[in-house]
Amino acid sequence: MISLNVNRKIYQVDADPNMPLLWVIRDIIGLTGTKFGCGVAQCGACVVHLNGEAVRSCVTKVSRAEGQQVTTIEGLSADNNHPAQVAWNEENVPQCGYCHSGQIMSAAVLLRENPDPSDEDIDAAMAGNICRCGTYQRIRKAIHLASEIQKKGGAK
Amino acid sequence: MNYISRRHFIKSAGTAGFALWLGLSAKGEILKVSASVESKNFSPFIKIEPNGQITLFNIKPEMGQGTYQSIPALIAEEFEVSLDQVIIKNTGGEKEFGNGQRAGGSTSVRGSYTEMRKVGAAAKAVFLTAAATKWKVDESTCYAENGKIIHRPTGKSETYSELLEEASKIELPKEPKLKEPKDFKIIGKQAHRPDVPMKTNGSAIFGIDVQVPDMVYATVERCPVIGGTLKSFDATEALKMQGVLKVDKVERIVGIYSYIGVAVIANSYWTATQARKKLKIEWDTKGYETYNSAEYDAYLWKHADEEGMVDKNIGAIDTVKTSPQTTIDADYETPVIAHHTLEPMVCVAHVTGDKVEIWSSNQVPNLITAADDNSIPALTGFKPENVKYHNMFIGGGFGRRLYYDYIVEAINVAKLINRPVKTLWSREDATKKGPWRMMTFSRMSGTLGDDGKLLAFRHKVIGPNFHESLFKNFNKTRLDPSMVEGIGSQDYQIPNLKTSYIKTDSHIPGAAFRSVVSSTICFPHESFVDEMAYKAGKDPMDFRLSMVAPTSDTWKLLSKLKELSNWEKTLGKNKGRGVAQWKFFGCQLGYVVEVTHDPVKGSVKIDKVTALIDLGIVVNPDNVKNQVEGAVIMSISAATKPGITFKNGVVEQNNFYDNPVPRINETPIIEVHILADGGRMKGVGEPGVPPFAPALANAIFAATGKRFRRMPFDLKNVSK
Repeated sequence: MISLNVNRKIYQVDADPNMPLLWVIRDIIGLTGTKFGCGVAQCGACVVHLNGEAVRSCVTKVSRAEGQQVTTIEGLSADNNHPAQVAWNEENVPQCGYCHSGQIMSAAVLLRENPDPSDEDIDAAMAGNICRCGTYQRIRKAIHLASEIQKKGGAK
Repeated sequence: MNYISRRHFIKSAGTAGFALWLGLSAKGEILKVSASVESKNFSPFIKIEPNGQITLFNIKPEMGQGTYQSIPALIAEEFEVSLDQVIIKNTGGEKEFGNGQRAGGSTSVRGSYTEMRKVGAAAKAVFLTAAATKWKVDESTCYAENGKIIHRPTGKSETYSELLEEASKIELPKEPKLKEPKDFKIIGKQAHRPDVPMKTNGSAIFGIDVQVPDMVYATVERCPVIGGTLKSFDATEALKMQGVLKVDKVERIVGIYSYIGVAVIANSYWTATQARKKLKIEWDTKGYETYNSAEYDAYLWKHADEEGMVDKNIGAIDTVKTSPQTTIDADYETPVIAHHTLEPMVCVAHVTGDKVEIWSSNQVPNLITAADDNSIPALTGFKPENVKYHNMFIGGGFGRRLYYDYIVEAINVAKLINRPVKTLWSREDATKKGPWRMMTFSRMSGTLGDDGKLLAFRHKVIGPNFHESLFKNFNKTRLDPSMVEGIGSQDYQIPNLKTSYIKTDSHIPGAAFRSVVSSTICFPHESFVDEMAYKAGKDPMDFRLSMVAPTSDTWKLLSKLKELSNWEKTLGKNKGRGVAQWKFFGCQLGYVVEVTHDPVKGSVKIDKVTALIDLGIVVNPDNVKNQVEGAVIMSISAATKPGITFKNGVVEQNNFYDNPVPRINETPIIEVHILADGGRMKGVGEPGVPPFAPALANAIFAATGKRFRRMPFDLKNVSK
């Protein structure tokens, strides 16, 4: 049994320690917001926070997360109201929407580390997240908006 | 859950008392059914329940193109409800919802525009009459707003659900009055898509997210050589792994091709993938292991001198006098590409006796349950009435999910075990197993007249036909208009025009890709128009404008685009601008692309893209912009990223590291403008793809003098 803290809830999971965290989160715990896109840390659809840092859960062994704080898109905010989520809604960013859990999880770390990112900062921080629908221009716009929301003390 | 199962459907109808269903008959008449919807040949689009719940059914699968908002919006506009006060449900091929349950060809909104509005308008008319009857007032003194009927003189109001019983007795108007566009509250306005919140908090359920009690997982090893067959397999080592439940062969059918793979079913997807690596399989690849892209390309060019099947033949092209001063001949090439929907192919299937229940994400739910030879029931041996399908949010379609090979395969996997199974493809599976957007090559020839305009223009398309790989009854002797889409029907007035198609044989499964064959043949066509403009010493925009009638769609589009893009403003040093447009299956869009050349590095950067899309009527302008912005990125992908190549019958690429797609740092500024002057309604999803590559190639030529005639364009290495 491996003890996992996901979104501030403790789960005891019976899994091979080598199993990627992604599959534990999705198939054992049943939180499906975190997505599978490539399996080799290329697309970012599977980004979750491990102790607040963005990691690719598709290449993170579950054993590495044991006893650590894991946050998924479902646990990012209480009511879809993290500044990035609010901004994503305001700017109608998603199309198919499949990549955006990962996009938002990456953006959340960027916004914490760099509260006022430039376009170049955004491009550098978000280049690991593929959006096949091509919503990149809106992602930039939404991150700028999220930065503004954050400066004003978060979402209302 | 954003789908309805038939079971739920009937149950809720049965318990809803005076629930009212409104929709269309198979003949297109507006119908209403009270309390229950047992009636066949009736597609309900609105359901109103006594508790106030209003449900609108969306029959156009949502794959990112925005139908989850734009289709219900058409009903809601006329029915006078806001999308915030209704539940929207995606349908899944249920017979009740008819043949319209498919998304392709950029037809969803324009194909539903009048029909869906009529359903909403008829429903509103019923409730207006119901209220007037119930209140014993003149109907003309009542109006509908926000899900209520209001009596203007007194302000008295009742909600639709409060009027249900009265409404169920009212006859529907045959031709309900539709609103004037000036009175629209939703159509044409800035709107938030109701699926967006679900897509920002992880609650949207895609095909991959479906969880069914007792579900297990499967992965399939398929022959590395396309066309190869299974000789034998040894699963001994795989079956020793804890959690592995079953290993056996399964059939996948893609169009005319049947492929046998080996499925591993396990209690987790991870375990299944680990066990898959331990399979020992012998494949028979005879006759297919010699297939190489370079040789196939050479074979295509070997056929390029043939006449081919003629599409348009205007004037007498063979009599036009050519000369080095007025004539150019040029060959163009495009690659095979993978769609790379970010959600890999996935399907949950549960076989119980002679029945199967399926959950997946697919563009054509109507075909999942259809009764013809090419559909799921016939391909998997179930009676159509025994196939129950649920269509989920789609993590990218782009034409790949017009096919259901992965659903057939998943059903065959489910036949091996008495439990629901989720069969999931890896990224490598998607890259290496197709079906793919096939290549086309083009042989171009053009001659200028004394007036400096095109006197003769010849476009021959050479390549395999994806339709041939899809349909058993494909007619090889007839020209398939898809293969010459648009090349003979642009608005350019050319006295001598000849277009044709030379079909080559192929054993590679082909697929439609966003904008279908226009995704490859617009590039040579609109690039070559540019080549001829330079040959004539003319500005490429003015060259085009000089060849179209001032009354034409293209004149309207290009003259507006010229203005919006500041075409006449001089650009700085090392910068260049290119234009291209494309008119095809009832869509039209034009681009101006601006690039900067770095002569030291030898690279080119895309600075800015100005797009103008002609729509006639627009339903959700912000969504249209999002679609075109996305089409630009997808087109940068198709034009500048390496395609799929075969070596000894095996696809050489694997995953995003060697088959890359664009990332955020490659995104130019994209400015999208919409022409919506009330003309004929046109499509949105696809027109952003075809003209981008030629506009980019033309801009690169303007900036550098380097003419790209072969994709992918290497933007890092633009030397003459």
